[in-house]
Amino acid sequence: MISASGLRKSYGGVEAVKGVDLEVRAGEVFAFLGPNGAGKTTTVEILEGYRDRDGGEARVLGVDPVHPTRRWRSRIGIVLQSSKPDAYLTVRETLAEYAGFYPEPRPVNEIVERVGLADSADKRVGKLSGGQQRRLDVALALVGDPELVFLDEPTTGFDPSARRGAWELIAALRELGKTVFLTTHYMDEAQELADRVAIIRDGEIVAQGPPGELGGRSARHRIRFLLPRGVAAADLPLRPTDLRDRRVVIEVERPLEPLNRLTTWAIENGHDLTDLEVERPSLEDVYLELTEAPGE
Amino acid sequence: MSELRIAMEQVRYSTISTLRNPAAVFFGLMLPVVFLLIFATIFGNETIEARGGIKTSTYYVPGLVALGIVSTTFVNLAITLVVLRENRVLKRLRGTPLPVPAFIAGRASSAFGMAIALTVVLLAVGRLAYGVSLPGNTIPAVVLGLLVGSAAFCCLGFAVSSLIPNEDAAPAVINAIVLPLYFISGVFFPTDDAPAWLNNLASVFPIKHLAEALLNAFEPSTTGAGIEWVDLAVVAAWGLAGLVVAALSFRWTPKGE
Repeated sequence: MISASGLRKSYGGVEAVKGVDLEVRAGEVFAFLGPNGAGKTTTVEILEGYRDRDGGEARVLGVDPVHPTRRWRSRIGIVLQSSKPDAYLTVRETLAEYAGFYPEPRPVNEIVERVGLADSADKRVGKLSGGQQRRLDVALALVGDPELVFLDEPTTGFDPSARRGAWELIAALRELGKTVFLTTHYMDEAQELADRVAIIRDGEIVAQGPPGELGGRSARHRIRFLLPRGVAAADLPLRPTDLRDRRVVIEVERPLEPLNRLTTWAIENGHDLTDLEVERPSLEDVYLELTEAPGE
Repeated sequence: MSELRIAMEQVRYSTISTLRNPAAVFFGLMLPVVFLLIFATIFGNETIEARGGIKTSTYYVPGLVALGIVSTTFVNLAITLVVLRENRVLKRLRGTPLPVPAFIAGRASSAFGMAIALTVVLLAVGRLAYGVSLPGNTIPAVVLGLLVGSAAFCCLGFAVSSLIPNEDAAPAVINAIVLPLYFISGVFFPTDDAPAWLNNLASVFPIKHLAEALLNAFEPSTTGAGIEWVDLAVVAAWGLAGLVVAALSFRWTPKGE
């Protein structure tokens, strides 16, 4: 679907993208993560055909995005980070207008239904709430029935229930067999939705793969509990990775055996391990470790 | 041909949008009619000797047709294009299979349609309320002025939109351009008695030439078809210059994107 290698782009002598390699497969939800200013939008806009590149190779649906054709554009749906459609047209009119650009559009009613705007279909765009406008944005990207959908920070500024709704919509796109290229800075969003993720930092990809398999020191489970009263850290059967205000953190690669040793020790010595929990390695940990500069 | 169908739909949606935009409707379509009603009512019965004894009410009709052409094409187009660009509608459209010529033709044709409609209304109001008659043999001159003027000011609208930095600045910049020009171009009152340098200055710009070309069709002293080729040529030259500027500098995205 998308393959890019060695993408480069500079603005006024500053290199924003320094040799990015990406591989997005058909039918997957691919999340592209990175802090603001890391080169996310520049990379995405090169792939969308909005920007030219200074170097590297790119193929999107088999076409070099530097030379976008109408045929190619009709196979791609784009949701920009922020855009407000014409305020004076209704939702239905706007969708009908865009549908007319494509060779085989979806029926407007179906799209309106799918993004949850059926009740607002005859409202003017200028009268929609922020969340509704965002859903219209997504609807406009879907009306041409594209194979590949670019979503640039689709849930920024959403309340939690609106985010859930958007997630269901994106998950539904996968069910329809669409390939989704999702840009986000919410780790839970990527963890929830993505088959594979890539993390960009300072214009370079620092990790790429399924969310659960991204490496780094933090890809370890954490056992947490409160140190029982009258027990010193040295008395524990395992060496704490961190101990602050009696809060013990023990990082382990596989939790089963260490957890067994710990609980056996506690039961035998009559200690209660208050607040005992095992934390799975989260994408957020990996992300923070990979994107924070040393010393930060 | 899908390009043609898409262009027609662009005309439709662009027209719907303009007609629902209160500022575009009031300043672009209603104000020229209101001006005609006010000016012709107050000053309508005087005659202007410098213009072959034309009645003032007759004088205002072509002047305000010129103003109407400028406001429905140049003013409305330039402001709308800046709003669409800054809200990233243009960027978004650029990411769809919408053909660029269909977009441009759609927007321009919609503006042209409004210019025609407004001209018809102004002529009708002039005729019905003030008895301003259009001499039959100069109708081609009026149609030609409408065609050349609309085309030229559409091009200038596309050109100027690229020079306006943001949405807030758009109405201010556009009005700063057209308002002084209306006054010195003889749209609101004859400028025959104005200092020569002011008339020379006005003659550099296209509004005066458009107004003159249209006025000539209404002057009692005009004989024949009344087509002012020189004035029309100056208007067309401005339009061509606008086309070149638009082709070189038109932006689909806000600055820096």
